[in-house]
Amino acid sequence: MKIKSIHEIVNREYQYGFKTEIEPGVQVKGLTEDTIRFISHHKKEPEWLLEFRLKAFRHWQKMKEPHWAHVDYEPINYQDVIYYSEPKAASADDKPKSLEEVDPELRRTFDRLGIPLIEQKKLAGIAVDAIFDSVSVATTFKEKLKEAGVIFCSFSEAVHEYPEIVKKYMASVVPYTDNFFAALNSAVFTDGSFVFVPKNTRCPMELSSYFRINTEGSGQFERTLIVCEDNAYVSYLEGCTAPRFDTKQLHAAIVELIALDHAEIKYSTVQNWYAGDVKTGKGGIYNFVTKRGKCAGNHSKISWTQVETGSAITWKYPSCILTGDHSVGEFYSVALTTGKQQADTGTKMIHIGKKTRSTIVSKGISAGESSNSYRGLVQVNAKAEGARNYTQCDSLLIGPRCRANTFPYVDIQNATAQVEHEASTSKVSEEQLFYFRQRGISAEDAMASIINGFCRDVFRELPGEFAVEATQLLGLKLEGATG
Amino acid sequence: MPMLGIQDLHAEVAEKNILKGITLEVNPGEVHAIMGPNGSGKSTLAKVIAGDPNVTVSRGILRYEGRDLKDLDPEQRALAGIFLAFQYPTEIPGVNNASFLRMAYNAKRKAAGQGELDPLEFDEVLQERMKIVQAPREFLDRNVNHGFSGGEKKRNEILQMAVLQPKLALLDETDSGLDVDALRVVADGVNRLRSKENAVVLVTHYQRLLNYIVPDRVHILVDGRIVKSGGKELALTVEQKGYDWLSVHGRTA
Repeated sequence: MKIKSIHEIVNREYQYGFKTEIEPGVQVKGLTEDTIRFISHHKKEPEWLLEFRLKAFRHWQKMKEPHWAHVDYEPINYQDVIYYSEPKAASADDKPKSLEEVDPELRRTFDRLGIPLIEQKKLAGIAVDAIFDSVSVATTFKEKLKEAGVIFCSFSEAVHEYPEIVKKYMASVVPYTDNFFAALNSAVFTDGSFVFVPKNTRCPMELSSYFRINTEGSGQFERTLIVCEDNAYVSYLEGCTAPRFDTKQLHAAIVELIALDHAEIKYSTVQNWYAGDVKTGKGGIYNFVTKRGKCAGNHSKISWTQVETGSAITWKYPSCILTGDHSVGEFYSVALTTGKQQADTGTKMIHIGKKTRSTIVSKGISAGESSNSYRGLVQVNAKAEGARNYTQCDSLLIGPRCRANTFPYVDIQNATAQVEHEASTSKVSEEQLFYFRQRGISAEDAMASIINGFCRDVFRELPGEFAVEATQLLGLKLEGATG
Repeated sequence: MPMLGIQDLHAEVAEKNILKGITLEVNPGEVHAIMGPNGSGKSTLAKVIAGDPNVTVSRGILRYEGRDLKDLDPEQRALAGIFLAFQYPTEIPGVNNASFLRMAYNAKRKAAGQGELDPLEFDEVLQERMKIVQAPREFLDRNVNHGFSGGEKKRNEILQMAVLQPKLALLDETDSGLDVDALRVVADGVNRLRSKENAVVLVTHYQRLLNYIVPDRVHILVDGRIVKSGGKELALTVEQKGYDWLSVHGRTA
């Protein structure tokens, strides 16, 4: 297809919209205490976890869905959502399977998504946890990581194998009372990833989780917990896709990170959930996610990097609570919206410890009829002597019908704080595209080149090969294959 | 067969007739100057040849090397050897000038079935071409036209021309905004790029550029029509007498 205008470039089709035909196992629709008891029982959870879920559920019932975000959507019928969905071949009734036993159809699905569930040399640097609807179907390199002392497994497995660690840290950063969607997740969460890196350990490979929603009408409520003890380091990346359905689907996740003294966690996201139909806005994922990291230890560091390209609605603010003295929080974000997508995303940097530092670099790209908002809070508490923040917030508009907004909040209670904010808005114009084309460069390559230039500061924060992946992803979304 | 063959060309911008029957032939090795008052359609003529999407051909023939240009996208025209030095080169923040030049150069090589050059190989080509237009080294580290002065932008256009070595160069008021020294450098560059195989169409307001780049033919455009063509001396006449004596239907645009 020959691409001639900005309009054609931004209205490309979603590449991961296929659905896997696989025999369904248990599915539970509607939300009552029975739903929760069923999930907990089916997963053979200990009593304390069921209690936690029920408390969260009762609290959630008293809460109201928040509507302060700059997004607009049809009301969600919470009784119409499938809260638990597992393929028969990966039932929670069975014991965790070895990699060789993973159902071939599931394996093919992840292959098609570019996530091979095998431990081959080529992929030796990356361990993968693959989550399909409500269950983790495989985790690679578990044994090899264990030799290094690193625990990497599904959240469900962690509940059974490492209950003390889970109990100690779960909900310590995001309590179930935190917000409406966090309460919902705490009540009904199904699976997710668990990472524990013990003292003085540098995780020997990149860890990654891949989330796939396959069943129509199914929600995904995953929960991820990453703990780095003193002087430990881990780099983790998550990716997400879903088939193309006409109905909206709910994704409400919680991610909690805890970094102790001198620990560092690098958390990267490449989010490409189905965004809904480009023209009508039908279907797509409601991505309502609570991600928060706690720099509990002195000199600890948490760095969020996100490339958000999918979802009909995005509502997420990966944040850092900088409790430890000299701790560092970072947020690097590229959020791309096209078609009818709406994103309200940003971060919160809460400075509590002395000499804490934070950096925010947000790049919003809006195209089509989409709406893209940055919302960020920089809060410096009274005792956070010498805290510093640098925020850079840039918007790029493509075409005449999209919108970009910036909502920066700054709350300073300590006079020694230094807070800087820079912002810019620019446009990709038809003149620019013509300029490239007049020099023999296709409109697609022109767009790729402009976008990559705009996102460079964020892409270079991504782990090596994922920077290439992110570039390609924006490529697929915006301008087709490049080069 | 002329390199560029235009017959009775009519073209619109935003549904307004701008070109109202242009006939023009340009042969390899020739330099043509298009002169005329403001709003006469000079820039539109350059744009319609390059394939600017804002200009629509409503009637007439527009051929380049025997091919109907209306069938070709702007990038295809560029790859076939048509180059437009823009009157107002657009700024492209975030895109490095050197990589932009390499992208354009490699697109041309690829179209010609040649292998692409890596940054180091390309740098050698670039060094040599930069001398032609005396472009400072720091041009390469900056983003395309971003924060360039008017004169720097024009010089950057000619640098691109030097890198791409087009068959047909359309220079749209490349002289405007240049001081005398810069004008000489740019004109020098254009002259050094001239050959028997390629042609230049200069769109200009003033005669002064033509002191440096001497045209074979001068055409006076008034209200979308070529009202007079002649040799280089026509430019001097216009310089002295203005355009009024040439007006069609008793008026100028």
